[in-house]
Order: sequence, then C-alpha cells, then structure tokens
Amino acid sequence: MILSALFFYLFASICVASAFMVIAAKNPVHSVLFLILAFVNAAGLFVLLGAEFLAMILVVVYVGAVAVLFLFVVMMLDVDFAELRQGFLQYLPVGGLVGVIFLAELLLVVGSWAIGPGIPTTITAKIPTDIPNTQALGLVLYTRYVYYFEAAGVVLLVAMIGAIVLTLRHKPNVKRQNTSDQVARTKETAIEIRHVQPGQGL
Amino acid sequence: MKELLAFLPILPEIALAVGAMGLLMFGAYGGERVVTTIQGLSVVLLIFAAVLAAMLPDSRFGTSFVVDEFARFLKVLAFLGSAVAIVMSLDYLAVEKQQKFEYPILILLSTVGMGMLISANDLIALYLGLELMSLALYVVAASNRDSIRSTEAGLKYFVLGALSSGMLLYGCSLIYGFTGTVSFEGIAEGSKHPGIGLIFGLVFLFAGLCFKVSAVPFHMWTPDVYEGAPTPVTAFFAAAPKIAGIAIFVRVAVGAFHEIVPQWQQIIVFVAIASMVLGAFAAIGQRNIKRLMAYSSIGHMGFALVGLASGTAVGVQGVLIYIAIYLAMTLGTFAVILAMRRNGEMVEEIGDLAGLSRSNPPLAFLLAILLFSLAGIPPLAGFFAKFYVFLAAIEAGLYTLAVIGVLASVVGAYYYLLIVKIMYFDEPVQAFQPMPGELKAVLGVTGLFNLLFFVYPAPLIEAASAAAKSLF
Amino acid sequence: MDVLLMDYLPLVVFIGVALVLGLALLVAPFIVAYKQPDPEKLSAYECGFNPFDDARMKFDVRFYLVAILFIIFDLEVSFLFPWAIVFGEIGAYGFWSMMVFLAVLTIGFIYEWKKGALEWD
Repeated sequence: MILSALFFYLFASICVASAFMVIAAKNPVHSVLFLILAFVNAAGLFVLLGAEFLAMILVVVYVGAVAVLFLFVVMMLDVDFAELRQGFLQYLPVGGLVGVIFLAELLLVVGSWAIGPGIPTTITAKIPTDIPNTQALGLVLYTRYVYYFEAAGVVLLVAMIGAIVLTLRHKPNVKRQNTSDQVARTKETAIEIRHVQPGQGL
Repeated sequence: MKELLAFLPILPEIALAVGAMGLLMFGAYGGERVVTTIQGLSVVLLIFAAVLAAMLPDSRFGTSFVVDEFARFLKVLAFLGSAVAIVMSLDYLAVEKQQKFEYPILILLSTVGMGMLISANDLIALYLGLELMSLALYVVAASNRDSIRSTEAGLKYFVLGALSSGMLLYGCSLIYGFTGTVSFEGIAEGSKHPGIGLIFGLVFLFAGLCFKVSAVPFHMWTPDVYEGAPTPVTAFFAAAPKIAGIAIFVRVAVGAFHEIVPQWQQIIVFVAIASMVLGAFAAIGQRNIKRLMAYSSIGHMGFALVGLASGTAVGVQGVLIYIAIYLAMTLGTFAVILAMRRNGEMVEEIGDLAGLSRSNPPLAFLLAILLFSLAGIPPLAGFFAKFYVFLAAIEAGLYTLAVIGVLASVVGAYYYLLIVKIMYFDEPVQAFQPMPGELKAVLGVTGLFNLLFFVYPAPLIEAASAAAKSLF
Repeated sequence: MDVLLMDYLPLVVFIGVALVLGLALLVAPFIVAYKQPDPEKLSAYECGFNPFDDARMKFDVRFYLVAILFIIFDLEVSFLFPWAIVFGEIGAYGFWSMMVFLAVLTIGFIYEWKKGALEWD
C-alpha cells in the first residue's frame, strides 16, 4: 500500500510539474513534449486507480494521436511565440485571479466533502472488483449504453466531415491516376495512323 | 423484433442520421451536380422527421432518452426550423457560388443533435447531444472559408464553445460526484439535501448552457458570429439551436433540479435581467442588421428565461410559447435580410432599408409587422409571447423581474421602431433585387402568423400547456 | 487492487532499466568524451551560402487533415478493444451495435476517399 502511495505522489508531482512547464516553456515544441509527459503520468495515475482501459486510451489516443496533431498545429502556425509571450506578465494578474477563484471553489467543494464524506459513497453504484476494468466496460458499453456508443460514432462522423469541409483543397490542374479511364482506352482512342507522303510531312 | 421495437422512441433521430449518411454517399458519388437534389431531399427528410416526432407515443429509450409531450412539441419546432433554414439558404448559396452538398448534411446532423438534446434524460446524453449539435454548427459557421470574417466567426465560436463545454463538463462531474448518478431522476432524488458541491456543479452546468443560448454574461460570441457567418447560417443559428438550448435548459432546471428551485432561481433571474437589459441597450447603436439581430436574440433569450425563472408549469408554458413565436419572428426577419441584395451584392446596413415602403410596399409592410412583433406590440404574436412569460413571473411573485422586463422591452421597442421609421419616412435608396420565391413564402407565412395569431391562439397555447404539464 | 498493481511490476522494472540505461548513455559522453570546440565546428553545417532565413517553415495544412483523420480512426479502434474482450458474452445485440458503429465510420471513410482527402495533391 505504501508503495502505491509513493507511486501516486511520483506520478502526481511529475504530472503537475510538467503541466506547469507546458505553459512556462519558451519553445512551443517543448510545451507539446511536456504535455506528452503529463499525459503519460496521468495514465500512470489511472493505472493506480485500477482504470487500465482509460490508461491505455490515454497513451494510444492522446500521446499517439492528439499530441502529434498538436505538434503539427504548432509547426503549421507561423507565430512568433516570443512576441506572443510579451503579454504574459501583463495578463498574469487576471489569470492569477481566475486561478485563485478556482482554487477557492475547489477548496469549498473539498471542504463540504470533508463535512459529509459518506454522502458520495452511499448513493454511488458499487465498482465491481471481480472482473477486469476493460471487460466491465465492454459488458455495458455495447448493450446497455448502446445509445451513447452510436451517438459517439455520429459525433466522429461529423468531425470527419467537418475536417474535410474546412481544410481540403485540391490544387487545380493536377493530373491524377484514373484507373477506369486508363483501362477503357482502346487502340482507336489512343493512336491515329497517318499516311505520310514522302517529302511533305504532316 | 422486441429489440427493434425498443428503438421506436429514437426513430426520428435514426431517420435523420441514416438519411444524412445516405445523402452523404449520394453527394460523394454525385459530386456538385446533385447539390440541389440533396438540398430538396434534406428538407423533405426534416419534415418527415418532424411528422414522425409528432406521432411518437410517450416512451423511453433506456434511461437516457425520453419522449414526452415536451419533447414532441420542441422537436417539431426545431426540425421545422432547420428545414426552413435550408430552404432560405437555397438562393443565397446559388448566387454566391457557395453550394456545397455537405452544408444541408451538416444541418441534418446538427438537427440529430438537437433531437438528442431535447429528449436527453441524463448528463451523458445531454453532453453528446450538445456536442453533436455544436460540432456541426462550428463547421457551418466557417463554411465560407475564403472569407476571413466567416473563418473568424467559426474559430471564435469553436474556441468559446469548447470553453463552455469544458465548464459544462466540470459542472456535470461535480453533480455526478455529489449525487452519484447522471440520470435526471437520480439527480432530483440526490439533490434533496444539496451540498455546496452540488450547487457549484449546478452553477457550472448552467453557465455552459447559458453559452449555448447566448444569455448574458456568456453572450460575447454572439454578435461577432452572427455578423461573420454567411447570412443563411446566421438565420439557422438564430432559430433551431436556440430551441434545443432552451429545451435542455428547461428540462435540466425543472426535471433534474426541481428540489432546489430557490438555488437556481436566483441565477436565472440574474441571467434573464442581464440579457434583457443588454439586449435592449447594446442594440441601439448597431448599424449592421445582423449584429442588431444578435443583440435582439440575446434580449429574447432573456425574455424566454423569465418564464423559466418562475419555475412553474405556467412559466414553462410561457417559455414554450415564447420560443415558438420567436422562431416565427426570427425566420421571417432573416428572410428579409437574405433578400437585401442590390446589384448582385448583399447589403447588411440598416440604412440600406431606407424608403423600402416606396420601393417595395409589401416587403416593408411584412417586415414592419415582424419588427412590431419583435418589439412586443399588441395585438401581434410577440406581445402574447411576452405576456405569458411576464404573467408567470408575476404569479410566482417575481415582481422586480417582470417590471425590469417590461422596461427593457420598452427600450428594445425603440430600435425596432427606428427601423420602421427608416423604412417608411426616410428618402428611398435604390430598390432591392426581386425576392426569390422561397423567401417570399417564408416571409409571407411568418408575417401572417404574427399578424393573425391573436385571432386563433388556442392551438399553440394548448399544445404548450400540455407540453409544460408533461414535465411536472 | 494490489494484485492488479503487481501485474505492472515488470513494466516498472522495464522503465527503470530503460531510464538508467538511457541516462547513463546520455551522461557518459560528458564525462569521458574528448572535447575541443571551435566556432566553425559549432556552426550549423550548410553548403555554400550563409543561410537566407530560418530553416523552419510552415507545415502544410494537409498534415493536419491527415492527423485528424488518424485520430478519428484511432478512437474507432480503441472502441474495438473492450468489444473484442467481451465478444462472447454480449451476444448478437452487442455484435450488431458494433457493426452499426463501424458502418457509420465506414460511410465517413467512403466520403473521405471519394472526396480525395487521402490524396496528397
């Protein structure tokens, strides 16, 4: 038990520190790399909670795909980040104020939890411990929660259409391979036989 | 077979989604030649879905989707609103050469999200419906991607929408944490002894919803998005998504939190007052008619929330009547805005309407009716809309709210009447190009509805009353 | 819970070994390698001219499209894992619910293909 507590603090502290570095790093590419570190440590936290599937998804989807997308976006935007950062100190008081308000709210929430720690546990459904996490998800996701599952599919479809509608541009006059056109060519359409008289040319 | 029958409650949404996918395939293979066919079929599909939605019996799909009188009433409105928005876009897109077959399909998918939102009965269904609706809206806002204004509108809407989704999710997770359930019935059960955590969750959830209906103080995106987006998209934004937003607002407030009415009542009262006042005063200086409509819609959302603030069945009935009449007024006004075309160019300044009464008297007359109705002048429909929400507020003892609302509507009447004055008493400028037939039809129907609503208001009022009672 | 965490012991050991080995190889050159820098050695190697401008240029927006389409299919695949594990237990209903999900995304895929989003130009 002490070991898992140690790992919790390890993951949590690295996670918070790298999250801070995401906004503090000078180079945006470094920010993305710190974000990946934060993701990996959050995955570690999920494992400690017993949510193995979420940990795997975090690594596969967030580290594997979302972070790469962020890297592309950072490289795509030709923004002088040093210049952008000049306002950093200027906005720090406002940002700090928002942060303090959020912290105060969180403390209030935690405070109310400390007053009645029994409330959440008495009404929450029990977490099954005898089957693996991924299996438990699978047992309900495709049958009982089929509505959410299919809705998620439609949301993904809209994302796909949206990405294509907004970013796809074909250059004009690009010659593409068109297999059916190529196969449909016959001798008649492809070549023309001319009888050239001597000394005249075409 | 029994399993298949269980899908009956979500049949309209399934029809829309499957139809949208079929049309997507049709468009992918047919290319730009079949755009008009797809537009027509989309409208037919939406009307079909509206009929289906109206005929469904009271039922549930699992715990997360509920069909009741409330859902039926609002789904018919939302589906018809989307259908009219597609119809109104036909001429604009053809003239501006922005025809894309994805546009009606995205509206269809967004409408699926609206249906899910209107029927949502737990927090996850709420979130999925909201995201499905919004994601398609972000894309259509930026659909004219060669225009920097349209792109800016899409980006602004997306960033602020994502922020609001974040707040909404934060609220949802707090509510889940403190009640142990996501279903609205369970939350109602768990909120009998509200702790401060639950209240915080409620506040964040409401903040997220206020973003979606563009109520003050979460309205900042509205004027820029309305102005930047292509005009038919703005017309769509002002109509159907607002209905879905108000619907889920009402269902969450009176469905999930009816045990703690006093806690959310003060939020809604504040939001309603702020929206009405800002909508009235900020619109005065506007010169662009789309920006003016943005502030007008902020104000109208405030009036609709007055009914919700009372927290009673009468109040919800007022909200439903308000939103139905708002739909008719907004669509009619946007039909005129879409017809403001001169020498092949769209014009958007209020000054461009000068002397419309002489260059096109019927158009000026119908627009004047719509503007009087928006201002809430009896005996037009807009007056009844305001009458019912203020009546509910007074019955619930919210006198201050009602008085401020009436004063705000007096201030608001100023800028609507200013447009009427410009149309009737200013020197005419060059006439607009002839109005396309479908816009004429929309304008005629909505104008006559607003004009003649007082003759036979019973069907709408009874339907709204039955819909409101189904929630209590 | 501890049983679950014990399953991850090999992973912890693996990461520990990788970390030590990686750090050792990173630090060792600083200690043992021969160093004698001069300005020419340290400058960026470029043939002929001095560099005209920054070597980093804007990425094409098409990379973004590819990445976002990848994310969507990545998510789709991630839904398949729990399904595969419980495949025998959820019956025909579970099977068909996944088929519908896949069909929705296949429609998106056909659209993407026909629009030419998978072609580079």
